[in-house]
This record gives sequence, C-alpha cells and structure tokens, in this order.
Amino acid sequence: MTPLRVVGLLALVALAVVPVLPLGAAQEYIWHVIIQIFLWSFVGNAWSLMGRFGLVSLGHGAFLGVGAYATVLFWNFYGMTPWIGGALAIVITVILALVVAYPCSRFQVVGHYFALVTPAVGEVIRLLSVAERDWTGGSLGVTLKTGGTASGWWTLQFADKRVFYYVGLVAWLFGLWVWWRVDRSMARSAMEAIGEDETAAASVGIRVTRFKMAITALSAALTALGGTLLALYLAYANPDTLSGIGVSLRIVFAVVLGGMYSLLGPFVGTALTIALSEYLRIYFGIHFIGIAETIYGLLLMIFIIFLPAGIYGSLAEAARRRLTRSPAGVAVRT
Amino acid sequence: MIDPIFILEAVVNGILLGGVLALLALGLNLIFGVIDIVWIAYVDLVALCMYAVYFLVTAYGWPLWLAGLGSIAVGAVLGALVHLLIITPILASPPINQLLATGGLLFFIQSAATLFWSTDHRSIRVSMPTLEVGGIFISFTRLLAFGLAIAAMIALYFFLTRTYTGTAIRAVSQDREAIALMGARPQRLYLVTSAVGGAMAGVAGALLIIQYAVHPYFGAAFGPLTFMICVLGGLGNMVGAFVAAFIMAQVISVGGVIVSTEMGYVIAFVIFIVLMFIRPGGIFARRA
Repeated sequence: MTPLRVVGLLALVALAVVPVLPLGAAQEYIWHVIIQIFLWSFVGNAWSLMGRFGLVSLGHGAFLGVGAYATVLFWNFYGMTPWIGGALAIVITVILALVVAYPCSRFQVVGHYFALVTPAVGEVIRLLSVAERDWTGGSLGVTLKTGGTASGWWTLQFADKRVFYYVGLVAWLFGLWVWWRVDRSMARSAMEAIGEDETAAASVGIRVTRFKMAITALSAALTALGGTLLALYLAYANPDTLSGIGVSLRIVFAVVLGGMYSLLGPFVGTALTIALSEYLRIYFGIHFIGIAETIYGLLLMIFIIFLPAGIYGSLAEAARRRLTRSPAGVAVRT
Repeated sequence: MIDPIFILEAVVNGILLGGVLALLALGLNLIFGVIDIVWIAYVDLVALCMYAVYFLVTAYGWPLWLAGLGSIAVGAVLGALVHLLIITPILASPPINQLLATGGLLFFIQSAATLFWSTDHRSIRVSMPTLEVGGIFISFTRLLAFGLAIAAMIALYFFLTRTYTGTAIRAVSQDREAIALMGARPQRLYLVTSAVGGAMAGVAGALLIIQYAVHPYFGAAFGPLTFMICVLGGLGNMVGAFVAAFIMAQVISVGGVIVSTEMGYVIAFVIFIVLMFIRPGGIFARRA
C-alpha cells in the first residue's frame, strides 16, 4: 500500500496549500465550496458509521439541527462561547439520540421500520424550530450575532475564510480517523454481526443494545459537531437547510453515491454532489430556476440504479478485484 | 379555556382529514405490501396529479369531475412508469438503494415542478356552501372529498377481493415464490399494482386540489405524515393504515386547535415515535 499512501500524502499537502495559492478573483468562492465539501463529508462520515451496519437513519437532520441551533441560541441569548455552547449542543444531541435509540433497540425497531421512524425525529426538530419562532426565528431561520470586537478564537467567528478552511480540513480528517478507528476495532465485527442477524449476534454473547447505543451516540455526536461547525461557518441556521427530511436525505444520498462501506466514499459522494450542484447552478444562473436540482435528481437516480455500490465503492472494488483476482463477494469489505 | 364547540369542530375536521390521509396511505401501502419497496416520492406523484387537475381545469376548461377522472389516468400512467423505469432495474438491490432511488425521484419531481410551474401556490376555488350542524361549521368541499375518498377505498377493497387480478395481487403479497408456481406472472402483477397505486394517487390528487393549494413542495409537506401513517398501521396492513390515518388526523386537528398548527404535528410525530416503541410492527401487528 506504499504507493497509495504516497498519493494520499500528496493529496493532503495539496489540500493544505490551497488557501495560499493565488486563485485570483474566484478564490473566496473556491474556498467556500471546499469548506462545504469538508464539513458535509464530515457529516456524511458520521452518518455512515451507522449506515454501514444496517442502521439506516433518515433522521440525521435532527442531530445536525440540534447541534446548529443549540450553538447559535446559546451564543445569541446567553453569550456563551461556541466552545462551551457547541460542547453542550453535542451533549444534548447525544441524549436525544439515546432517548430515541434505546427503545428502538430494545423493542427491535429494525429495517424498514427503523428507516421510517427516524425521519419523524428529524421532522419533530424541524417543526419545533419553526414553532418556537420567538427564539429560533421560525422558518426564516436565525442569524448568529456577531461577536463585534470579540471576533476570533473566543467567539469562533472569523472574517477570513481561510481559518474555516483549516478548521474544516481538520474536522474532516478527524472524521476519517474516527471512521478508521471503528473500522479497525472489534466493535466493527460485532456491529456487522448485529447488522446481519441480531438474534444470532446476541446468542454468541454480543451485547446488541450496548453496541448499537455506542455507535449511535458516536454518530450523533459527530453529526452535532458538524451542525455546530456549519452554523458557525454560515453564521446562520435554518430549519429546512439544517434539519428535516430534505437535508437528511441529502446526507444519505451523498454517502450512498460515494459508497458507504469505504473510508473515502462519503467524501467522494459529497464532493461530487456539491461540485455538480454548484456547476449546474453557475451554468444556468438565474435562468430556468430549478433545472440544476432537476438534473441533480435525475443523475442521482441514474447513479443509484447503475452503480449500486457507489462510485468510489465500485471503483475500489474493481481495482481490488484486478489486483487480487479474488471472487467479488470476498473482496467487498476486506 | 377553549370553547368545547371549537374542539368538537376540530374533531369533525379531523375525521374529514382522516379520510383523505387514509386514501394517501392506502395507495402507498398497497405498493409496499406487494412489491416490498417504499415509494418515498409517492406524495410527490399525488402533487403531480393535483397539477394535472389544476391545468386541465384552468388551462383547458375541463369540468372538475372530468379533470378528476383525467387525474386518475395520469396517476395510473405515472405509477406504471415509475415501476418500469425506476423500480424494475433495482428490484434485486439492497433496500436502502431502493429507498434512495425513489428519493431521487422526489428531488426530481420537486425541482422539475419548480422549473416548469414556478413556486406559486395554485388552487382551484370551488364555491360550495358551508354546512352548519348544531353550531359546528363543516365545509361541504371537505365533506365531499371525504365521501369520495371512502368510496375510492371501498372500490379498492372490492377490486382486491372480488376480481381475479385483485386476488392475485393479494396472493403475491403473501408469498411471492408460490404465486409464480400458480401460473401468475409476478412482474405483470407488480406493474398492475403500481398502476393501481398510482391511480389512488390520482384520486387523492383530485380530492386534495379542491381543499389545498398545490406547490412544488407539497409532497414534502404531506410525505412524512403519510409514511408515519403507513408505518403506524403496519407496512402493508390496509386496515391498520386506515385506522392510523384517523388517529393521526385527530391528533393534528385537535392539537392544532388547542396549541398551534406546528405543535399539532409535533405531538402527532412524538405520539407516533412512542407508539412505535410499544408496538414496533404497527398498532395491529400480531405478536410473534
């Protein structure tokens, strides 16, 4: 794997020096797009921690929303620094996740039922943030109050996008590291066994509920952190862009498009979907409102029908098969 | 303190809403029960049928009843197309891919509707009298929609129990291997089921457009609720979905009057989540 490691290191160096490159007038925009890719890939990675073990959640918008709103509201109303506000937001999100996940696990809400219960959680958060409009600004969203002179590391508000570029990069790498740790751990084998057959897993001594709760808490915490970072970067939170079923589906799409069983799958999927929608948006501009999204939806369907293992997943699998010449079934998750 | 008459009125409106929600849920549930795939974009198909009625009436001057029949035809064709173009290629894929393929359709329909018809809210104004019964005001439009929804559900019931095709459809939902041995072709039955499910979306579209304005995100507004009802009743369980629709409609309607519209929905979703923990297979699931 040495050549791969070299390529990876070179790519990392390339990403690290992007902000110092002279990119001309469009540089702010390019940074903006890459920051979004970092942050949404991080969220996608967090989702795939559950998704890869058969815990298909269509409600991660709830965690994202709580993370974002709690951070913004703690700052706006109590002047609490996002360091503490964000930490509290993560704690609140994990509690929410466990309150929902514990009964789900105990009462065996699995498969289709799990996938269709989770969006209700996302909808509850979305509707609550619309209903509690006195604090949350309702469906108009809420703007992060500026820190004024106190801008900087205390308020985590930066006029310079490059700071967020590095924050996003570090967050993304952190997400990959967590994914990699889970992938290399005993928990992975246990979770895969649970995903295949809960009763069988329990019968060989795997503590089904404990493992499910742990992976859910981890996934929710990281998603909430993603919500916090997105809210701080955008300085704005909106019920439709950060909670509810639309954003939940978008996260899942990006991950499945890239490939949810691979380390870089979420990144590839997110980078492609964001690049595609940005490209279509610029290409069509203000003409034909909606056409960019229309093509996006069409391409999503085509990709999912013809590349069921995801783009990165399919490529990685093909490459590995060529290298090892082992049967496809064995190579999929090794 | 809220005047009890308002609560009573909310209960009556809840029953009327329940009829339409039940119709939405039954079409989705029929497809799920037979093909084992959840059409995330089902309510978006309903929205397309609403657009069909709207344009048939406003642009082509069709009478409403004829446009309603047109909507049923549009729905049936859409249902068959979704099955042939999207579902057939992924019948053997993992469930998450099946779910997401129709999720892609959801984005596609929502944004294509924005592209073609803009984000305007469009509604057909039907001037019908409001009935007053013992101090409660009931919209005649809603009463009519309720009656037609019940009629459509009875028609579906007779189709499933009294016709050869209907019996075969019920059989395939019980055992998809055995049905092929009996000489019926599952592929054809899937197609018929999708078309029937689509036609139910057409009926729902025709009944919804006289009560609500249609816009590109109509599906997003009613979609999650429709899934909740199907899941609460037990996926594929027709009677369960019917009862669940009325429960949810009551919670939303009465909760909406007592607290606020959004909180009515919040309460409904929370009750849904809690009920799922108590009865994970739906409220009418037989205990294993």
